[in-house]
Amino acid sequence: MASANYETLGLSSDQVLSMYESMLLARKIDERMWLLNRAGRIPFVVSCQGQEAAQVGAAMALNTEEDYLLPYYRDVGLVLHFGMTAQELMMQGFARADDPNSGGRQMPGHFGQKKNRIVTGSSPVTTQLPHAAGIALAAKMEKKNFVTLVSFGEGSASQGDFHEAANFAGVHNLPVIFFCENNKYAISVPMEKQSGSEHISERAAGYGMPGVTVDGNNPLAVYEAVKKAADRCRNGEGPTLIETLSYRQTPHSSDDDDSSYRTKEEVEEAKQNDSIHTFSAYLRECGVLTETKEKELQEKIKGIVDDATETAESAPYADPETTLNYVYAPKGGDL
Amino acid sequence: MAVINYIEAVNSALREEMAQDEKVFVLGEDVGAKGGVFRATEGLYEEFGESRVLDTPLAESAIAGVGIGAAMYGMKPVAEMQFADFIMPAVNQIISEAAKIRYRSNNDWTCPMTIRAPYGGGVHGALYHSQSVESLFAHVPGLKIVMPSTPYDVKGLLKAAIRDEDPVLFFEHKRAYRLVKGEVPEEEYVLPIGKADVKKEGTDVTVISYGLCLHFAMQAAERLEEEGISTHILDLRTVYPLDQEAVIQAASKTGKVLLVTEDNKEGSLMGEAAAIIGEYCLFDLDAPIQRLAGPDTPAMPFAPTMEKYFMMNPEKIEKAIRDLAEF
Repeated sequence: MASANYETLGLSSDQVLSMYESMLLARKIDERMWLLNRAGRIPFVVSCQGQEAAQVGAAMALNTEEDYLLPYYRDVGLVLHFGMTAQELMMQGFARADDPNSGGRQMPGHFGQKKNRIVTGSSPVTTQLPHAAGIALAAKMEKKNFVTLVSFGEGSASQGDFHEAANFAGVHNLPVIFFCENNKYAISVPMEKQSGSEHISERAAGYGMPGVTVDGNNPLAVYEAVKKAADRCRNGEGPTLIETLSYRQTPHSSDDDDSSYRTKEEVEEAKQNDSIHTFSAYLRECGVLTETKEKELQEKIKGIVDDATETAESAPYADPETTLNYVYAPKGGDL
Repeated sequence: MAVINYIEAVNSALREEMAQDEKVFVLGEDVGAKGGVFRATEGLYEEFGESRVLDTPLAESAIAGVGIGAAMYGMKPVAEMQFADFIMPAVNQIISEAAKIRYRSNNDWTCPMTIRAPYGGGVHGALYHSQSVESLFAHVPGLKIVMPSTPYDVKGLLKAAIRDEDPVLFFEHKRAYRLVKGEVPEEEYVLPIGKADVKKEGTDVTVISYGLCLHFAMQAAERLEEEGISTHILDLRTVYPLDQEAVIQAASKTGKVLLVTEDNKEGSLMGEAAAIIGEYCLFDLDAPIQRLAGPDTPAMPFAPTMEKYFMMNPEKIEKAIRDLAEF
């Protein structure tokens, strides 16, 4: 763990502990999803493992009562911190009617929950970036002081929508944070085949905004970068591009076999920097976390994940006929 | 009632909706100080300011996508695609996003957005300033597609599109902009999206069409009156979802149906109209359903000879109606 001191960032010991708890909860939900998938109980998982520090670090730097979030499919840590519950995530995993993201319509990882300002997303990547610019534009037009954060993988930075959205936000000086979670792979394609530049953040200069690359395994470094970008947004100073460097610890999804494009040794080496362990060690060093506390936390989270799984698995599916609902507005709009 | 042209009706609808609702704003290429390449947004920049009449970078996916984001937040964006031919970079945003936002979020998020685009030929616009693109979008549930023919319909339906709670594609025939004039009432009115309109009552042959072709059909019908052939003309106005009931009624009325579009024939939305008639009106028909459309070439060429060959006109429609009447 880098020597970043949480106190110099203005964080309390309770806050960093809560940071760790969110990271651990995201990891444990994700691990459970894989078990359920391999047991044939849920059809699909797409993972956050390896990116929890970046996600929770970013979420903690935002105002979860008013800021807007446009996550991508790995952002379990971000949506948890913005108010989605473990049970709600499990409802999505099991495609149940009570899934707040979509009522069981979308695959897991397609987040959306209006009450928490988590904006609905799709599967074609990068489409959410222009949406984020649009929400930030609305903030500017309506003279509201909220920040919009949109996240995406490094593969998405190759899409036209990345360029179009960043350029639009640069031109109109919009209060938006482009948050690139570089996990080194877009399914099987490594970063060196994705980008002509070493860092995605280098492109920021072309859009007239600052670009920074931070260690995505260090939640405090990510917190600091996002906090600074959010302050810029609120001060009317415009957008920022942040790139976090981490490593995708799982295959792309439950339907991928990563052994055809990377070695076990490479994955094992990357896991040495697993933020769950390094941040835990850091918090122990600081005296914030003890073995007893860690054990309590693990027990508590296991209970949450167990309950969420049980409740979701026994919850009903939506009625088949509801397939027809909500193509258009229910009243007046239906043709 | 004042007589105004088609594009003045567009401008008037935008102005009224912007004046009534601060959430309504316009975005697109050259829509600001210039007032649009066709001048559809003329004067709006001066009246409502640059924050509500937004000149965007030259990037159609962003125009659609930024509009979608603003709409999800609760604004009422009206995006302009400079030409319908240039909507292609925005197709992912329109089909994958705008059309599915309500459905995929189980009614949690919505996208009340209007996308305007001038379509159609007859203006020496060649391949990329002449296309009809409606059939590309006309099997995408979640979208509504409006293609009005008269200034009265333009104004009433554009106001309805802006107020609609779901995304609406509003295609305006660019040849009609200054060619087509008509009466528009001074007082406020809004027309229902999803309803076709009988533009002429008749008894011998039914023509179903929309947009500029509708006027060509009216002219053909007028000439045929002198020969004693009475034509019934239905204007679809909303081309997706189709007003099935109106199509069935119009087809059943005469039993002889001519479907007219400027779009390429194969896969045009007239195939859907024919299918509806085939399903519901078989025993009312006295002749095979006829489709009159553009040829199946990629688009219309620049040379006037070839453009004229491609374009619909009153003569082509007149002949087709006469043939059906004599069947």
